Parts: sequence; C-alpha cells; structure tokens
Amino acid sequence: METAIPHLVEPHPVTGIPNGKFGIWLFLASEVMLFGALFSSYVLIRVGAPHWPPEGGLSSEVLNVPLGTFNTAVLITSSITMVLAWASCKMGSLPKFKLWMAATVGLALVFLVVKYFEYSDKFHHGHFPSHDNFYGIYFVLTGLHGLHIVGGIVVNTYLLTFGSKLWNVDREWFTNRVENAGLYWHFVDLVWIFLFPSLYLL
Amino acid sequence: MAEHAQSENPEEFKKHLGRYYVVFVALLCLTAITVGVSYLKLNRPLAIAVALIIATVKAGMVAAVFMHLISEKKVIYAVLVLTALFFALVLLIPSFTAYEGHHIITGT
Repeated sequence: METAIPHLVEPHPVTGIPNGKFGIWLFLASEVMLFGALFSSYVLIRVGAPHWPPEGGLSSEVLNVPLGTFNTAVLITSSITMVLAWASCKMGSLPKFKLWMAATVGLALVFLVVKYFEYSDKFHHGHFPSHDNFYGIYFVLTGLHGLHIVGGIVVNTYLLTFGSKLWNVDREWFTNRVENAGLYWHFVDLVWIFLFPSLYLL
Repeated sequence: MAEHAQSENPEEFKKHLGRYYVVFVALLCLTAITVGVSYLKLNRPLAIAVALIIATVKAGMVAAVFMHLISEKKVIYAVLVLTALFFALVLLIPSFTAYEGHHIITGT
C-alpha cells in the first residue's frame, strides 16, 4: 500500500517534505486567492460607496461586536487545541490527542452555533444577502468562512474517530495527517482574524 | 529546531510547547486591543491602519508558530512568495478600476 503512493511519510527528495504536506500548502495557496478575490471585491465596493453600511450608522452598530469578539476567541482557542492535538501525537499519546481534538471540534461547533444566532437575528429583521451590498458581502464572506469551518469539523471528526485507526498502523503517517489538518485549521483561523475587524469593526 | 519532529524525542519536544501558549495569550490580548481601539472612534484611515496592522501581526504569529513557518522547507516559502505576489495583485486590481467606475458604483 505504501509503495503504491510514495512519500506519504518520508520526505520527497525534491521538496524535502512528505507529499501530503506539500499538497495542503498548494491548496492553501489557492484558498488565499479565493478569499483574496472576495476581499478585493469588498474593498472595491466599499471604496465606491458613499456610506458604509449603505443604510447609515456604523458596521459595529449593525453587527454584534461582542458575539464576533467571542467567536474570535473561540477560534483562537481552537487553534491552540489543534496544535496540542498534533503535539500529543508527537509525544506518543493517542488518548491526549483525542482529548484535544475533541476540544477542537467542540469549539468549532460553538463557533457555528454563535454564527447561527447572528444569522437568524439578521434574517429575523429581514436582512438577507439581497438587502444591500453590506449584507451581501457580510453573508458571502462569513458564509464561505463558515463552510470552511464545516469542512474542518468533518475532517477533524474523521481523524478523531475512524481515521485514528491509522495510529496502530503507522504513527508517523497519522501524525502527518493531523499536522495537515492543523495547517488547514490554522488557515481558517487566520482568515477570520482579517474578516472580524474588517467586517465588524471598521 | 532545524529538522522538526522526526529526530526529536518526546521529552525534547515537550520543552517547545511553551511557545504555543505564549502565542495563544498574545492573540487573545491583541484581539482585546483591536476591539478596545474600535471604541475610541478614531478617524477612519487611522482606524483601518491600526486594525489591519494588528490583524497582520496576529496572522503572522499564527503562520510562524502554529503553522511552523518559522522553520519550514524552501519549497513552501517559494509557494508562499508566489501566492503573496498574486494576492497583492488581486488586491491592487480595484485601485486601477475604482476611479473610472466611481460614478457607476456610487449608484448602488
């Protein structure tokens, strides 16, 4: 099996890293362009708008800053629990990995629940993405980011459950998978670090 | 940590965990500062500059420490330099079009 797909564990002679890690970095590069294009559109639309938000007031009055701040703290915390899950693999403890990974998934779910309340409050007031440019951008950017959170939950839950069987087959291979999932997860955190101030505070 | 992980034993590895907690606390503090500054109601260009500088510092810490970019292989740096270049280009595109399209966009 390992001969069928080479360089899953040992570094590739050209790149110096396992193929999976190189792959995840290329994927993240494409993600930068995806969010970058939308962020660029946001800048363009905002620069051209006489008022932002178009209906008047301030972004911080339209969106719920305490909830946004809370969610920022939740994602930052989930980033360190993810690192600790990977570190537990490095230190040879599967039970500790499961503990930290469960915490990571739990925090991701908390983030989504908070987002659900934020969204439903907006919908309740009739503020759908079609309401104006402000809500269009807010829902597209946070919605796409939310989908990334969902993707992270799926992968991390797999690693926490069925995927962890790999630990008994090849520890290093499993640890690499956790590292790659972690790289993705930190990227999702990183995107939010920019989205939160630019959407909620400015 | 030059060749991270593979050659290290678990005890050696444990000593390096402290940095993750330091970054974690720093990220929470910087979040608090960002939100705190937003209540000062600075003028808009200054507010944007402060918020984006703090966000960049936070992102840098996540990338350097959590994503281990501080000690990575050259090939990843190469990929990221190229990405940064194209990202900058994508961000600059609006500044080439904003003036021409100004009267159209304000109509929204």
